[in-house]
Formats: sequence, C-alpha cells, structure tokens
Amino acid sequence: MSQIHTLTMPKWGLSMTEGRVDAWLKEEGQAITKGEEVMDVETDKISSSVEAPFSGILRRQIARQDETLAVGALLGIVVEGEASEAEIDAVIEQFQSNFVPGDAADEDSGPKPQKVELDGRVIRYFERGEGGTPLVLVHGFGGDLNNWLFNHEALAAGRRVIALDLPGHGESSKTLQRGDLDELSGVVLALLDHLDINAAHLVGHSMGGAVSLNVARLMPQRIRSLTLIGSAGLGAEINGSYLKGFVEAANRNALKPQLVQLFSNAELVNRQMLDDMLKYKRLEGVDAALQQLSATLFADGRQQADLREVVQAGHVPTLVIWGSDDAIIPATHSDGLSAQVEVLPGQGHMVQMEAAEQINRLINEFIGQH
Amino acid sequence: MSTPLTHDQLLHAYQVMRTIRAFEERLHVEFATGEIPGFVHLYAGEEASAAGVMAHLGDDDCIASNHRGHGHCIAKGVDVYGMMAEIYGKKTGVCQGKGGSMHIADFEKGMLGANGIVGAGAPLVVGAALAARLKGTDSVAVVFFGDGGSNEGAVFEAMNMASVWNLPCLFIAENNGYAEATASNWSVACDHIADRAAGFGMPGVTVDGFDFFAVHEAAGAAVERARAGEGPSLIEVKLTRYYGHFEGDAQTYRAPDEVKHFRENQDCLMQFRERTTRAGLLTVEQLDQIDKEVDLLIENAVYKAKSDPKPSAADLLTDVYVSYP
Amino acid sequence: MARKISYQQAINEALAQEMRRDSSVFIMGEDVAGGAGAPGENDAWGGVLGVTKGLYDQFPGRVLDTPLSEIGYVGAAVGAATCGVRPVCELMFVDFAGCCLDQILNQAAKFRYMFGGKASTPLVIRTMVGAGLRAAAQHSQMLTSLWTHIPGLKVVCPSSPYDAKGLLIQAIRDNDPVIFCEHKLLYSMQGEVPEELYTVPFGEANFLRDGKDVTLVSYGRLVNTAMDAARNLAGRGVDCEVIDLRTTSPLDEDSILESVEKTGRLVVIDEANPRCSMATDISALVAQKAFGALKAPIEMVTAPHTPVPFSDALEDLYIPDAAKIEQAVLNVIEWSKR
Repeated sequence: MSQIHTLTMPKWGLSMTEGRVDAWLKEEGQAITKGEEVMDVETDKISSSVEAPFSGILRRQIARQDETLAVGALLGIVVEGEASEAEIDAVIEQFQSNFVPGDAADEDSGPKPQKVELDGRVIRYFERGEGGTPLVLVHGFGGDLNNWLFNHEALAAGRRVIALDLPGHGESSKTLQRGDLDELSGVVLALLDHLDINAAHLVGHSMGGAVSLNVARLMPQRIRSLTLIGSAGLGAEINGSYLKGFVEAANRNALKPQLVQLFSNAELVNRQMLDDMLKYKRLEGVDAALQQLSATLFADGRQQADLREVVQAGHVPTLVIWGSDDAIIPATHSDGLSAQVEVLPGQGHMVQMEAAEQINRLINEFIGQH
Repeated sequence: MSTPLTHDQLLHAYQVMRTIRAFEERLHVEFATGEIPGFVHLYAGEEASAAGVMAHLGDDDCIASNHRGHGHCIAKGVDVYGMMAEIYGKKTGVCQGKGGSMHIADFEKGMLGANGIVGAGAPLVVGAALAARLKGTDSVAVVFFGDGGSNEGAVFEAMNMASVWNLPCLFIAENNGYAEATASNWSVACDHIADRAAGFGMPGVTVDGFDFFAVHEAAGAAVERARAGEGPSLIEVKLTRYYGHFEGDAQTYRAPDEVKHFRENQDCLMQFRERTTRAGLLTVEQLDQIDKEVDLLIENAVYKAKSDPKPSAADLLTDVYVSYP
Repeated sequence: MARKISYQQAINEALAQEMRRDSSVFIMGEDVAGGAGAPGENDAWGGVLGVTKGLYDQFPGRVLDTPLSEIGYVGAAVGAATCGVRPVCELMFVDFAGCCLDQILNQAAKFRYMFGGKASTPLVIRTMVGAGLRAAAQHSQMLTSLWTHIPGLKVVCPSSPYDAKGLLIQAIRDNDPVIFCEHKLLYSMQGEVPEELYTVPFGEANFLRDGKDVTLVSYGRLVNTAMDAARNLAGRGVDCEVIDLRTTSPLDEDSILESVEKTGRLVVIDEANPRCSMATDISALVAQKAFGALKAPIEMVTAPHTPVPFSDALEDLYIPDAAKIEQAVLNVIEWSKR
C-alpha cells in the first residue's frame, strides 16, 4: 500500500514563525529513512536540519533554495510505495489550497510554558508529551529552556518532558539566595513535587549537569537515570576567561567572541542570538545572579564541586555526552567514568543544539533501557 | 532704632554688603584695564537687597539669580576668591572658568546659578520649591530678577504655578529703574511691580531697597509665610545701580548727577553705618575693622585670580554630560 | 516568550516600575492625570492619549497636573532636577517646545558645562512626535535634529515597545537631561516586552536585519517602514541591512560605519524635514569617514521642506513610505551598475 507524505517546515521553539531553506541534502528520487536529515533550514535564531518524519522516496522538492517559508509550509513530497505524478499533484494542490501561513506558527494556539511560584519565587517551565517516566531538562549557566529547542519535541514522543528555567535564568525569578548547587537542585526537586513527579530521568547540560548530579546525590531514589551533556561537576577545569567575558559582556561586540566559543560552527552565532542573549543579560537582577553563581560555582576559573562520586557509586545509570572540541569544559572529564560515554567528534559545548538528531537518538535509546 | 537682629547678625550683614561693594568697585577698576574677558554687570548700590533677603536663608534654601548676580552669590556664601577667579576665566574659578560672570553657581551653597537669560530663573525656583515639598523639607526657594525680568512671561508663568501649587517661593523684583537702557517707569505698565502679585493670587509689597532693615523685615515675613506652607510672595525692592547696565555703558540715558544723588543721600552702606552706630548697636571701630578685612580679602582674591592658570585644551570637552558613550 | 503589550503600555509600565523603585521619580505635565480642580473624576485622561493613565492612583502626590504653562512647568522640572529629584516631565506635543525652548536649550542643557561640572540635571522630557494623525502643522513635527544639535541633551526615539520600556528606564536613571520622543502612531504597536525592569543603553544602534547590499539607517517609527521596504526588496533579490539608531544623541557612529563598510551603499530614512537633519548628519558622517567604501551616492528619504499638511491626501504624500524607500534603494543599486 502506498502513502503520500507532505514534508513541512518544522517549528523549532516557541518563537519560530518562518525558516529559510539553506540547502536540500537529498535529491529528488533519492530514498530517505525516517530520522535522516533532508534539508538545512535557517531561522532567525539558529540553523538546523529538518529530519524526515517518515521513510520513502523524495519525489518532489517544493521549497527552493534561499526561499523563506512559514512554519507548516510544504517543503517536499515523500512517497512510501507507488504513486503517480497525478496523484502527487493532487495532494500538493489540496495542501496548498488549505494552507494558511501563520496558523501553525500562531503562538497563542500552541502549547506555552507555564509559571509557578515555588518557595516565593517564580519558576517557568515548559511541558510537552505524556506518559512514561517523566524527563526533566536542566539548562546550563546563562541558558534557559530554549537551549532544548531541537530536543524537547523529539524526546517528548511518548513521554512527558519538562524543561525549566533555573532561578536567575530565562523568565524565572532572578534573585538567588546562596547561589550554590543545593539551591538550584532544590528548585528542580520543588518543581518535581509541584508536578507530582515521584521519579524522573534528568538531562543536564553544563552547569545543569552539575545540578542534576547534585539532585541525584541528594535524592538518588527519585532519579531513574542521568544524562550529562558537556557537564560541570566532573572535573576542576573550566574556561574561566569565557565565564568572565560572558558575565561582563555588555554589548554585542563584547558578547560575540564569548558565544562563539560555545559552538563548533561559529556562524551559528548570528545577530538574533546575540540580541536575545543581550536582552536576557539586561534584565534587572541577571547580572547579579550570574556574578553570584560564577563566584560560588566557578571561583577563580575552577569548578568548586566535584560530583564524580555520584556517577562512580553506580546507583544511578548515567549517560555522558561530550563534544570532542568543547571549549568550555574539556571532554577529558568523561575519562574513567562508570557510565556510557559518548564523545562526538568535532562538536562543541552546545552539542545538544548542533548535533540534535544524534543526541536525541542517544538519549532515547539510553532511556529506553532504564 | 530697634531690630530683631543680633549683634553678630548685624556685623555679618555689614560684612556682606561691604564685600559686595568692594568686589564690584574693584571689578569696575580692573575691567577698565582690559584683563577681564566678556561682560560684567555690577551690583554696586543694590547690596541691601541681597543681604536683607539672604539673612533669612540657609544653605538648604535655594536661590536663582540673574545676569547681575555677584551680590546674590556673595550674600549666599559663595567663595569670593573662587568668584573672582571665575570672572577672570581661570581654571580655579568656581565653575572652572567655563561660566564666567553670568553663570556663577554653587549648589552646595544653594546657589542655583546666575543666569544670562532674563526671567529664566523664576521657573527654576518653582522647581526647587517643588523638590523641597516632594522631599518633605521646609526649604524655601527665592528668585531675584529685575524690572526687565518682571516683564518676562517666564516670571508670570512661574508666579502663577507657585500660587497654584502653593509653593514656598519668594519672587524678589529688584527694580533699579532701568532694563538695559530702558526706564522701568516706561516699560512696566503698572505703577508698581508689586501690584502684579494680585494677578497671581499672592501678596506683594514694595520696599525701599536702600534700607537694609526694610528689606530684611519684608523678606522675613515672606520667608516665614513660605516655611509655614502659606505659599509664595512677591517683593519689589526699589533701588538703583551705581554703574551701567554692563561695564562700558556710558549711561547717557540717565539724568546728570542721578547716581551722585543716590550715592550721597541714600547709599545703603552709609545708612546702615549711621543707624547702627547712632543706636549704639555697632561701633565705628568695628565697622572700620570689617572694611579693612574686606579690602584685604578682595586684594588677595584679585592677586591670586590674576596669577592663576587658565583652563587647558582638555577642559574644552569635559562636563558636557555626566556620561556620554 | 515574553508577553506582548503595546508601546503605550510599555511606557506606562516603565514609569510605574521606576516610580515604585525610586521614590524621587515623579511625573508632571498638562493633564498627565487630568481633572485637577475639576468637579468630576481625577485621572480623567491619564495624558491626552492615556499613556500615563492609572499612575495617579498608584502614586499619590507624584503625578502632577500642571497649568497650560510650558515655560513654567518645564522650567520647574529643570529646577527640580537640579535639587535631588527625578522629574519625568511631559511636553504634550514636541511642537510646543517653541514655548519653553529656553528652559531646555539654555538652562537644562548647559548647566553642567557652564557650572564647571557641578550640576547634574536628571530630567526626562517625554514628548509626542511625528505625523500621521491628521493633526496638521503645529502638532505633527519631529524636531529631532533640533535637540540633537544641542550639546548637553540626550535624544531618544524608540521604535518598538521593547525599546520604549528599556530606553525610558535608562532615561529615568540617566543623570543628564533626556528628550524622549514618542511617535504618536506607535502607541498601539504590539511587541514582546519582558515584565521585569531592564535598560537599553544609549548610543547603541539596533541591527534589525542583516544584509549585504544596502544599509538602511533610520530611527523612530520609520524604522518599521524601512523593515517593510527591506522585506519587499528581499523578494526582488536586494538584501538590505536595517539599522535603528535608537538614540540620535549619543549617536552610534561605529555601527553605521561598520555596516556601510560592508554594503558600500547607504539610504538614510528620516521623517523630519530634510535640511540640517539626521539624514544630512548621517550622510555627512559616512561621506567623511567611509568615503572609500561607497559604491554609489548616498540617498536620503525624508519629508519635504514644508510644514506638515493637514489633508490626508497631502499628509500621506509628506510622510516617507515603503515605496519611496524601495525606490531609493533601487536607485543606489542601479547607480553602481552603471
């Protein structure tokens, strides 16, 4: 039996309304497998690849290179089995006549993050998916729940996935008390309580990795597994000049050389990313929060917390992922850990964004076992 | 005579008036040598007005002055040497040589600035009085303007607002008979500037500006009223200036011997000496001693100001803004 | 995603949050509440277009209606600012500056310099600018270059709700006198605005669009028109970079020059009259400092050298629109093909 699939412009994150086609990665007539990258798309936030949600033959490339298309717009036709050109034309015609640009991107209609007051401060979180053991995504220093733009949806197929903004970050309250790992971990645990989640998988990036390790140290019985991506807490070294430069940067020219260090592809650091980061940094309280966290967790450019023992104790199954070229925390911190260790060649610190498809696959496979 | 002023207050009042007189007469001489740049407008003859009003004010009370501002500055406590250096355009001046005679200010002393724009100080003191109210202090704010300033819209608007908001303001109209070369009895359409107070819903009085005690009494009543929350007042002080509108003004518009007549018969310093010594409040020796001290003060101020450095090229670009990226 | 509010709400929120944060901040102007002394409601207007509505009740004694008396109340704001409080003074329409120019030009702007650095005058004058409301010649001007010309003043022209809030908070905290120009046609514009306090620094232009072919420089409302033009031109294969100056004093010269060094072409878009304007100022800057980079003459898209007309038929011709901007861009592109 044959099926004609419409490949459409995906929506990455909350604010994406359109994308520009950088390049087709597959030719017309070529076979593609579900999960394979078929096209590079650039948005005002970041560039990434469109993964095929189905397998089949790419029969039509509708979107042209350099064309800017709304979220949900038709990119191409993938056919499983046989279909005549006339049948394909009919599907395209029907799609195009029904398609209203903006509908799929309309932020009011889609799922939205929520805010909750926990212990007197507002915490923002974003929930997708249902069922299974919930998974919680914990971003790093200076990040927010949008760091999981390319992961959240993919991980939420068949599972409840929650991303949060730690205090001092995103749209959560900016005030910190001690500004240490226990305080940040306390927020993660308080959110689990609020959401009636007894046990969860934790996925932490960078500082969020250290937060996740610390949660596992405090409450091992509530953590099913740990996934640590370019994680803090596993060694002393950290790029102190990056931290200092990032905290101090007050304009885009000062910020750019810092953000560039996060990515393996420096071109990803575009004007929009810099503007978004500056908008965050200019919020009242953010500077103080970053200074405080940096002084507590990374004093003198050294990581203050060593949480390797949490992994080595073996109570919590752990997946460790690193970009081999991580310029912030060296990949060598993954050496000698009693965990599944995956070092992705050529990748940098923001590996979950730059190699999203690979990371999503690794996490899904790992969590499937636990 | 009887006066509420203490012995020390009397001595201080004389010292203020005498300092203003000596300062201005010396400037008259020095200006003629060509060493002083720009224009200067001398206050000699009007001393009783500044001294009589300022006797009621502290550093927390603000004043705004006009182009003829040296006397107001001295009476408000601005440093005489710093003023002299400023008038000479020196780096050591109270405004680092960037303001000159018409823009002497000292915010620590509540002196919000002499002003080159006639009438412009009036709205400023309304603001100063408003700030005092918002901060919950009992400070008052006083503007000095002339008969020329009394015809400016800025003064009318300020008087109206001060009354509407019932602010602690004094409007002191120093009517010296001439706005530049134009007589006030021609340019002011009513009989007395003080009559204009009625149009703005505040009391107005006219006082003899050659009589320190008259000014002191009227200003005292107005300041008391203002501090008690009863609103603004207008005082017209009638006096004369001994020199021209600015130095170099030949004053051909004035009657022959007009100034000579005032100097010989009504001079405020002369009157003050006579009345205080005759009443046994002060002695001639005490007053002569102040004269000597003042002469020395002015001599030193001129000597230092003349030898002080001018601002450097780097000073041209500083202090335009508090910060400017 | 931050919530969306209007430009007008962003200004109201900035005022409320700053007044809550700093008790020395207060508002004064004609009908900023409305109804003073009248038998009916207080806060009847909240500003002639309702921008300050609601603040009167939230901040008793700190939202002050004034008589119609621009010299008096603008001067009072200047005087108060030198005495330790932070007035946000509303000059209803910038056109009324004719009444009170002395207090801004000769007093506020010059105190610090002429008093040798002793004075600071932390004053904000909020004022409505711009054409498009059929308000005719005395209620529709920009006058941006008038303020920009005066040393001692800072001049701010926000083009979006986000910038309106961040720039107004910066203006209130700034220790120099600031002329804050609100374009009356932008009040209803919606945009993402964080709920928290934040500042947008002065002298930092905003790149709204990266492009390689032509640099479009504008400020205020026409930034949005320039963006419309850039989008239309993208469909014709012309890639425009769009720079919003945000503040005309201080001016972010570096961003303008950096962009023109890249594109080699400049179109300046200014709603003000053309002579001695921001358009001529920026053109001169680029001609002087990036002459070698220019591939075509600079184009200026401005209002004509006329007062703002009343009739909609004329006012629509007066205000530069996207079509005029597009034509100017095509002109500079064509020129370098010759």
